[in-house]
Amino acid sequence: MPQTLTEKILSRASGKSVSPGEVVEVNVDIAAFHDLTGYHVIEVMEKAGMLKVFDKQKIVIAFDHLAPPPDVRSAEIQTQIRKFVKELKIPNFHDINLGILHQILLEKYANPGYVIVAADSHTTTSGAVGAFAQGLGASDVAAAVITGKTWVMVPQPFKVVLEGKPAKWITGKDVALKLLGDFKADYFNGMSIEIFVREPSAFPMDYRATVSNMGIEMNADALMFVPDEETVNYIKINRGYEPNIIRPDEGAKYVDEYTIDLGKLEPLVAAPHSVDNVKTVNEVEGLDVDQVFIGSCTNGRISDFEIAAKILKGKRVKSRCIAIPASYDLFKKAMELGYIETLVNAGCIVTYGTCGPCLGGHFGVAGPGETIVSTSSRNFKGRMGSNDSKVYLAGPAVAAASALEGKITDPRRFS
Amino acid sequence: MIVEGKVLKFGDKIDTDIIIPARYLKYTDPQYLAQHAMEPLDPEFYKKASAGVILVAGKVFGMGSSREQAAIALKAAGVRAIIAESFARIFYRNAINNGLPAIVLPGVSQVINEGDYVKVNVETGEIVVNNQKVYKGRGITGMPLKILESGGLLDYLKKVSVQNQGGN
Repeated sequence: MPQTLTEKILSRASGKSVSPGEVVEVNVDIAAFHDLTGYHVIEVMEKAGMLKVFDKQKIVIAFDHLAPPPDVRSAEIQTQIRKFVKELKIPNFHDINLGILHQILLEKYANPGYVIVAADSHTTTSGAVGAFAQGLGASDVAAAVITGKTWVMVPQPFKVVLEGKPAKWITGKDVALKLLGDFKADYFNGMSIEIFVREPSAFPMDYRATVSNMGIEMNADALMFVPDEETVNYIKINRGYEPNIIRPDEGAKYVDEYTIDLGKLEPLVAAPHSVDNVKTVNEVEGLDVDQVFIGSCTNGRISDFEIAAKILKGKRVKSRCIAIPASYDLFKKAMELGYIETLVNAGCIVTYGTCGPCLGGHFGVAGPGETIVSTSSRNFKGRMGSNDSKVYLAGPAVAAASALEGKITDPRRFS
Repeated sequence: MIVEGKVLKFGDKIDTDIIIPARYLKYTDPQYLAQHAMEPLDPEFYKKASAGVILVAGKVFGMGSSREQAAIALKAAGVRAIIAESFARIFYRNAINNGLPAIVLPGVSQVINEGDYVKVNVETGEIVVNNQKVYKGRGITGMPLKILESGGLLDYLKKVSVQNQGGN
């Protein structure tokens, strides 16, 4: 029987031919956690009396949610995890200066066909390179860290095709929001989305990472881009080796199929307080904006900074603007390319290595009555701080244009 | 396994930032978390749930973050079971892993109301409302049931590990 990407990966990982709906035990290729969930994972391991890992090389830990620590408890959490790392001699540990877990997984560890579990919902990001990547709670991740195994209900595969080339300012965020607006946040429950890109170079890895990242907002079990030459090039450039490619079989069966013409997309936003409350930028244009956040595991990559820099070059922002590249490597690259300088000169606060504002942690918590435009993934009530704040999710072009004008702005005015 | 209680009702898409806001995640103590459960929607939730309640909710209950504190907070606040149109995958697992039964019943928002008294057979999914009407939800069987009956994944793992040692 021809198999989808989902079925192929889970068949390999479980050692038997799987079908949608089946519950199977799978071997994991990577189990990961960060500081905020990590102390909880370790606590579960300690309580179970099993403070051991199945394979040191397959554990990845990165500090990002509480980086740098905003208070004593956060510092204490990180100290506990550093102790765990030292005692168990975990080699793949990334302290507060190195970036966000999902970006680090994408840059250094995720391969096509891998099964990746991590104690964070945005683990779906690694689907950008064609990995079956799922977020899990602390107990499930603790069990995976100890045993190297977890259970999965094989999802129903859904096919999405991306055709054509995106117009100027249109990026992965608009594709993610298009899917959320058209299908809503509950449709893909129990499904995995497999995305085929007809013109691979027209939809680069940065854009793919944003769409995969927001797969969890669609409540998909996984969102994977079918590996192609873009995937191979990305891994070759970043890691110096050519990955093995895994693709669905010809004639594999999907529950349904949906095509997006990239050339016809326009800049989209998700209005408060729901990720699927999607509108075109023109529907909300002109609303006053107090703060703009460009960054997070959703949109903290080079193309996001390139777009922001293009819009902000030689100008000054009217809203408060916080910009955070998702990793140390990306920060350095953005610095070399002059984007950091451009943003700083435009009046943005630029730092790196933290999830801070995305979850109302630190480095830009929303106050009562404030309106935020954010490139992050969630606009739930109170997500970025006060229950009385409002978050509009958007891509980097809308965010930068809105920062510049101090109100929600259509970036196409800057073409 | 039968659980029963009075119903507290919520709508669609109750996300984990509502169930337990991020600022409380630096702690795992159930009693502390319970006091802040559902705080953005209803700061009085903790008091209302303390007598032991059944939550009835709409679509994708528990969507969003993987924070296991969401399930811990609800259970510690007094929630005995959740019946929803559908659950987010991660939350569903977290609920079972913490001994909190989660029953899927499409259409539940139309047939069960705030204040109703419900009795839930976790295994068969049978739900009796006000000792009158009976509905059939998706019961919990197999390994998830064993985890639930043990009180959660941790206790289940301990039990399995003891049994394995006993067999050696």
